[in-house]
Formats: sequence, C-alpha cells, structure tokens
Amino acid sequence: MNTALAPTPSAFDVAAVRREFPILARTVHGKPLAYLDSGASAQRPRSVIAAVDEYERMHHANIHRGVHTLSQEATALYEGARERIARFINARSPREIVFVRGTTEAINLVAQSYGRPSLKPGDEVLITHLEHHSNIVPWQMLCEQTGAKLVVAPMDARGEVHAEAVEALMSERTRLLSFAHISNALGTVLPVRRLTAAARARGITTLIDGAQAVPHLEVDVQGLGCDFYAFSGHKMFGPTGVGVLYGREALLERMPPWQGGGDMILTVSFGKSVYNSLPHKFEAGTPNISGVVGLGAAVDFMQSLDRQAVHAHERELLEHATDALSAVDGLRVIGTAPGKASLISFVVEGVHPHDLGTILDGDGIAIRTGHHCAMPVMDFFEVPATARASFALYNTFDEIDRLAASVGRARALIA
Amino acid sequence: MELTDLYRDVILDHNRRPRNFGPLGDANALAEGFNPLCGDRLTVRLNLADDRIENIRFEGQGCAISTASASLMTEAVKGKTRGEALALFDRVHRLLTDDAAGAEDLGKLAALSGVREYPARVKCASLCWHTLASALKSPDPHALPAVSTE
Repeated sequence: MNTALAPTPSAFDVAAVRREFPILARTVHGKPLAYLDSGASAQRPRSVIAAVDEYERMHHANIHRGVHTLSQEATALYEGARERIARFINARSPREIVFVRGTTEAINLVAQSYGRPSLKPGDEVLITHLEHHSNIVPWQMLCEQTGAKLVVAPMDARGEVHAEAVEALMSERTRLLSFAHISNALGTVLPVRRLTAAARARGITTLIDGAQAVPHLEVDVQGLGCDFYAFSGHKMFGPTGVGVLYGREALLERMPPWQGGGDMILTVSFGKSVYNSLPHKFEAGTPNISGVVGLGAAVDFMQSLDRQAVHAHERELLEHATDALSAVDGLRVIGTAPGKASLISFVVEGVHPHDLGTILDGDGIAIRTGHHCAMPVMDFFEVPATARASFALYNTFDEIDRLAASVGRARALIA
Repeated sequence: MELTDLYRDVILDHNRRPRNFGPLGDANALAEGFNPLCGDRLTVRLNLADDRIENIRFEGQGCAISTASASLMTEAVKGKTRGEALALFDRVHRLLTDDAAGAEDLGKLAALSGVREYPARVKCASLCWHTLASALKSPDPHALPAVSTE
C-alpha cells in the first residue's frame, strides 16, 4: 500500500445512505449494529421495503392470467421490473432475463437445460479453484449425468486466478467455462473479458457467477462478452428468493425448458404441449412476484446512486480495513489478490473464527465465519474456516475500527 | 448474555492446554466427527478393555468450545464403562440444550452450561460427545464411522 497516496476525500454521503436503511439503526446486545456481512446478504433500503409493501397492499394477483385489474397491474409491475433489469445489465432484450430463485438456481438451470442435452462423455467443464459450492456442485452433478469431466483451473498463493492458467486448460473438449466474477471467500476479481474472449475464440460457452459483483461493479453483459450471467436479488439490496439468469437469446431459444408447468406453455394436450416464448419458457409456475417487484426497486435504488462514488467509498473501506486489521497481532489476511473487491477474509492465531464470530456479535458486529461455501478454498489455504468482513456502501470507518478493536479483544481473551 | 459465561476460565484453560490431546497408539476403537457448519474435525480414539474406557485421546481442530468440551470429556469418561459414558453424554446433552437441566455432580463439565445461551454453538460442544458415542457403539477401528452434526 503506497502511504504517500492519501485517500481521496469522497463526496459520498454515507450518513444519508445509512438513513435509507432502517435496520442499521437497531442495536444488537445493546451496541449499535455494525453490519459487515453484506457479502452473505445485503440489507434493504426503504424504497425496496416500500415497493414490496405497496405491491402487497394494492396490486397483488397472479400474473399473465387474468383480465381483471389487479392481475394486469401485477403483470405490469413484474414485466416492468424485467425491462429495468435488462437495461441495468445492458441485455439486448427483456427476453434474455429469466427470473429464478437466485444465483444457485440460475447455475443449475444452465447445467441441466444447456449442459445436460449437449455434453457427451469426455467433454470438459472448466471452473476455477475459488468457486462457491454453487458453481461446483451443479457441474459435478452434470458430469455424473453425462460422463463429462470437471476441470479446475488453479489460483496462486494470493488467491488470484491468472487468465493464462485458465486458458492453458481450455482444450478441444472444453464445452463450458463457468467462474465467479468476484470470489465470495477472497474478494478476488477475475479477468472476465479476457477469459470470455479466449473462450469465444475456442467456441466455449461461458457462465459468470455474478452474485458478488452486481452490488459492487457496473455489470454490462454485452461488454463482458459472456453467454450466461447469474446473480441474486438479496446481495444487491433486494429481497431473498429472487434472482436473475441472463442468457444470450440465441442460446436460450435452443435450450429445452427446465421445469414443466403453468405459464411456460402456450397449449397443452395429452399428446403434446407447445412451449411458451422466452423468457416464460423458463418460468414454470407462479413466480416470486413480490420478490421481482422488490428486485426492480433495488435496481432503481442502485441506479439512483453515483456508482463511481460508491466504488471509491468501498475501496477506501477496504484499504482502511486492511490497515486496521493488519495491525492486530497474529492476524493473517486470506486472499490478497491485487484490485480485490471490498471484503476481507482473515484468521487470527489461537482464535477459531467461530469464537471470533460469537465475541464480535457480543459487540454488535456481524461478520461471517466458516468456510463460506468454498471448502476447496479453505483446503488450499490450509485453514478450517475464516472470518470474513464484507463491506457495502453503507459501512463506515468507525465500524471498521470497532471490528479491529473487537478482534484484538477476542485474541486477548481466547489465545 | 455475558461472554464470560460462555468463555469461563475452565473452558479457556482447556482450549489453551487441551488434555489427552494427540494420537493413541494402542487404540481399539475410534470415530471421526465433522461439523460442516464451521469445518471442525476431530478424531476420538479409545482403548476399551472389556466394557471400560482404559484410555481416551482426541485430535483435531476446532473452536474453543469444541476443543475444551473434548478435553473435558476425555477427563470425565476415562475409567468409566460404556454405559456410564453414554449416560454422561445424555446428562451433558441435556445441560447444553435444556435450561432446566442441573449441573450437580458434573464437576468441571458444568462449565459447559453457558453454551445453552448460544444456540449456534451447541453443536460445537456436542460434536465430541456424538463422536465418542459413535466410537463406543462400533468399536472396530477399521470401521471408521464418520459422525456429522448436520
């Protein structure tokens, strides 16, 4: 860290942002809540809570079914959210936006609807070592079903994934490349554009797990050059139980439906059913309508922000946290890739992360402790678990100072 | 909730200096425990003579609650019969989960009662006991019964 470069004073008004998040005003064990677990699930602004509340109070009915007023209003809200989300990530059309329960379901959809019909024994699915379990297990299941082989690209001791190392594993048999935009356990940002370009040149289909990226980066799916992009509502200030699979229309068109049921068909007879058009072909059954409405409001919230200022604020938080935590005796940061996102995984000598989590909770500080659904990452760094503080636009330097002080006290108590 | 009620001196001491920690050469019963929530793993090895625990040692990595509980357990069950050890497991399990359970006659194990105020940590304290019970029920060291708290 070059200390000669003082952090640029940010025009970002964190106090104003915090007022938009009612939960941040609460206390935990008598202390002000310091919520440093947005990587697991971010909090909701008033506008998202209000949009869901208004929908429940005024507009709820089933969508795409009725001619009555409420059904039309609900449909307009649901499809309106789809259009705004398509613009938000720069999809070519709302037909490329499939609503799912979350990133996990999106990846499973691609594995089963795109991968299963097309993969043959000996074909390869390429992922990286730092993936979340949700970007490992669906591919393992697919490989068991098809006889394809799972190939894992390495990371280095800093937790960085080098494009050359991934490219070296792209073979004539590679059919799919799936990787995280940002690692949830380490914060590493992957070289997406270079990897998608290399994959495209070899005819390899790409899926990006964007769960950690959408809250922090401006995501342009066309610019990124990916075939599929998956993300979750609740990590970007929206509700749980709703997420998005973006897919290039030409690919989605070719894919068979994933689940059968209502809303995904045009006509049904016992002899044959005719499937609905995109994206409804992939949305069987009554969806999470209020969740989609909330997700649309979360997109509006993010677009109302100065994203550059948010990014600068988050970088300052990460730099401050890295400095403050590095000053704690016996603390080791896990994952030190250059340019990483605003989260910090660490272990403290003599103090198990689980004890840290309990002690910090006593001070009102919420962090994630455990394997972060990334057991291969834990094995790589030879730790059973880590503590992870993950930051969002509403976090403050003061919260980070409290974190560092509390970690120091935990070490004094336990070690 | 006071943290000092969870992290009592006995717990902190047994975490820093776990008793009966390490391999056991002449073990004739063994089980491995795993808590997928936190990644804790431990191995409990026993030397059973007839029905009695002649010796017991444990290895593994875990949080302070998990390590101290395993250390306290090895001290408490050494010399006990299989039935006595399993009965003690029942007592400890009640102590960890039932607010009304008393700690009379439990000796140092009573220090674990603070855990019941922290539901997320009960599995940390009970993992070693589940592992011990598994080892006692299938004393073939080659059977390697794996125990999970999930």
